[in-house]
Amino acid sequence: MNPPAIEFLGVNKWFGATHVLREVSLRVAPSERIVICGPSGSGKSTLIRCVNGLEPYQGGTIRIAGRDLTPARIPAVRRDVGMVFQHFNLFAHLTVLENCTLAPIHARGTGRRAAEARAREELARLAIADLAPRYPGQLSGGQQQRVAIARALCLDPGVMLFDEPTSALDPEMVGEVLDTMTALARRGMTMLCVTHEMGFARRVADRVVFMDEGQIVEIAPPGAFFDHPEHPRTRDFLSRLL
Amino acid sequence: MSVVRETLLPPAPPPRRTGGALGWLRQNLFSGPGNTLTTLAILAALALLLPPVVRFLVTDAVWSGASGEACRPEVAGRPVGACWAFIGAKINYLVYGSYPAAERWRPNLFFALVAASAAWMLWLDAPRRGLGALFVFLAGPVLSYGLLSGSSVLGLVPVATSLWGGMLVTLVVSLVGIVAALPLGILLALGRRSDLPILRYACIGFIEFWRGVPLITVLFMANVMLPLFLPGDITVDRLVRPLVGIALFASAYMAEVVRGGLQAIPEGQGRAALALGLTRAQAMRLIVLPQALKVVVPGIVNTLIGLFKDTTLVSIVGIADFIRVLEAARADPRWSAPTIPATAYAFAALFYLAFCFSMARYAGFVERRLAAGERGRS
Ligand SMILES: Nc1ncnc2c1ncn2[C@@H]1O[C@H](COP(=O)(O)OP(=O)(O)OP(=O)(O)O)[C@@H](O)[C@H]1O
Ligand SMILES: [Mg+2]
Repeated sequence: MNPPAIEFLGVNKWFGATHVLREVSLRVAPSERIVICGPSGSGKSTLIRCVNGLEPYQGGTIRIAGRDLTPARIPAVRRDVGMVFQHFNLFAHLTVLENCTLAPIHARGTGRRAAEARAREELARLAIADLAPRYPGQLSGGQQQRVAIARALCLDPGVMLFDEPTSALDPEMVGEVLDTMTALARRGMTMLCVTHEMGFARRVADRVVFMDEGQIVEIAPPGAFFDHPEHPRTRDFLSRLL
Repeated sequence: MSVVRETLLPPAPPPRRTGGALGWLRQNLFSGPGNTLTTLAILAALALLLPPVVRFLVTDAVWSGASGEACRPEVAGRPVGACWAFIGAKINYLVYGSYPAAERWRPNLFFALVAASAAWMLWLDAPRRGLGALFVFLAGPVLSYGLLSGSSVLGLVPVATSLWGGMLVTLVVSLVGIVAALPLGILLALGRRSDLPILRYACIGFIEFWRGVPLITVLFMANVMLPLFLPGDITVDRLVRPLVGIALFASAYMAEVVRGGLQAIPEGQGRAALALGLTRAQAMRLIVLPQALKVVVPGIVNTLIGLFKDTTLVSIVGIADFIRVLEAARADPRWSAPTIPATAYAFAALFYLAFCFSMARYAGFVERRLAAGERGRS
């Protein structure tokens, strides 16, 4: 039996005096797709940033592929865990191709040729090969986010983290990004995805996690979660989402 | 009532501007009483100022002559403006100071080197700019020093720095200031944002100290105090002392400019770089710093222009910079004529103006180019 891809064991975190993660425990199996939702400020971003060491935490344990996340392990974890941000965060001074080859070349030591070939392959798979020479400022939001996904995939990650990947997009561009993510899920990627796209959650998620005030309030398969929420806070949240 | 359009309109050309030149004048210079008044006031000021300037610099100027006699109105028999003959006669002294005439090919080679490296650095699409930067910031200074001061190892006659002078010294002082201030300023700016409190406070202290002391004071201090800090048997060259002062002074200003750029870059850029597995140093070097420096090109150039002009202050600690040799030249009794001082200062103004204006224009060009490259950046 493989160890869980990600495991949170009683994780606690404070920003100053604010207790933003409270005894969070969650086990994500390999190839499992988890959607995390919850009201603004409930700690969703903070939780997934803890996975690749972008945020330190003060209590509990996080294990990636069965090994404790220690400071020494963080570089290795970051190479194996891809992350996609709400505001894309493409490197504005680099072309799309350079965005995709930067980490393979400088963090992995891949040769430039090989990195470029790999990047073009990934861009082609996401149907954005023709964007390679452009700068991020010349792309639409949806294109930028798909480039950001390609950039993360160029490192061949085993796990992908998404932090509200579609909430900064115009409605007509949400679909193209969600389709890309759905395709990724079909390839068996382990995904931890903060999103409020319920259609996506229903189609793709194995489980939906609801967070409020730094705590996990409810975990359920999408059908049960959306149709028969148990906790009153979940019900309250879902009723306001609809 | 509902509306449904049945035929879609094709795009039409924009309306033609009417009125030609007169229309343009009307629209741009005389639109409304306030603007008309402003235009007239500026035109009046120009009409008042421009003719005397042109008369002095060009029309009434004396272009040739062997001594100050040629520039005396009673000798020339007409009103005399600028005495360019004087500049022509003194030009070698103004450019090289007392640098031995036989060795002037060395400063010339140095000027050529500077011009070539500047072109390499400033031409944005030049090949191998990274290599160029390495040359400009590391090999260049060492090479130039060897070339100008000479040494028996290179087979060059040593020339004491006390003989250097004129534009040569002004250029050396500014270049050393620029070449030292830029990297030092970047390091200070990074240090100021470090997580290590002791480093951070050290950098803040350093920056605030140099920003809080007038340059003149810095130069005097460098002159008399630097030797006190050093062991007794080490003497510091008289030219090097103010150089150190200027470099540190300018780097403090540069650090603040660069810090502004670092703050302008969204946190997400660095975070994305870290998430991709780059180290913090890589994220800074490859992602944050290049963008930050682009943002502050105007500020950097502004600081460099200030630095260039401030170098004139080294003359008060006895360095024969351009202004000082100009002063010495105009004291020459052979060249005493009423307009000699005005000529000397007009020449100095033109010299500094030419350099500063080119720097400003270059900065403008870079800015426009960057703005075009990152169009639509969110
Ligand atoms: N750098 C920070 N310093 C202090 N407090 C912070 C910081 N970042 C987040 N917080 C606080 O931590 C809590 C959780 O923030 P987080 O960004 O994880 O919420 P979220 O669920 O992602 O919200 P959103 O849906 O708005 O993105 C919030 O109360 C927020 O104010
Ligand atoms: Mg968030």
